[in-house]
Amino acid sequence: MDLAEQLPETAIATHVAADDWRAAIRAAGERLVATGVTTDAYTDEMIAAVEEHGPYIVIAPGFALAHSRPSPAVQRTGISWVTLAEPVPFGSKANDPVSLVVGLAATDHDGHLEIMAALAGILADDDAFQALLAADSPTAVRERLAALSPAA
Amino acid sequence: MKIVAVCGMGIGTSVLLKMNAEKALRALGVDDADVEAADIGTARGAARTADVVLTSDELAPEIGDVPATVIVIDNFTSVAEITEKLTPHIG
Repeated sequence: MDLAEQLPETAIATHVAADDWRAAIRAAGERLVATGVTTDAYTDEMIAAVEEHGPYIVIAPGFALAHSRPSPAVQRTGISWVTLAEPVPFGSKANDPVSLVVGLAATDHDGHLEIMAALAGILADDDAFQALLAADSPTAVRERLAALSPAA
Repeated sequence: MKIVAVCGMGIGTSVLLKMNAEKALRALGVDDADVEAADIGTARGAARTADVVLTSDELAPEIGDVPATVIVIDNFTSVAEITEKLTPHIG
């Protein structure tokens, strides 16, 4: 699985200015809407998930996996990728502040497992993570993701 | 041994956690463990029959009082952290 294949340029925004965690999630939601993965309602659902359960989506240092559950607002399974101009605190004790928000929408509980495995591989590699944060355009993010994919 | 990885929605963070827990168990040489991903709504039920629950600091209090050992993971992408925290609970 090449993550670049899952991320067209419209699914990516780099060095976005966000005042707070809601704005950061909203930016990831906008990219999901722009690619036809979700409707605007899903963005609100991602924000509501954090309001309800806390900032548990910040699952690694600097990284938030914004998502909600499968719902009518999800048109197909997909992801978006937003890096922030300035790191934003989400209230996570272990992993604040956040520099990368990946938005995830899934139509069911299984269809996106390959995407998650690819994402896990990249996030486990700190050098790769730093290189991706430094990428300053959607094209650069896609190039770096493609270069990171294990050779078939 | 049964392990439940818990997140809010059951599609994102718990799935990552399940994948990395399976890697950790392989590294520990455990081949008879069953790892399941669950959302917080079904986690309490699943945790009743589990030996270990893996989750985040924020969600741990929501799981409440279960017989399973609840282990808080800070970095869900770190197989090293998961391996270290699971080691004392491997029979």
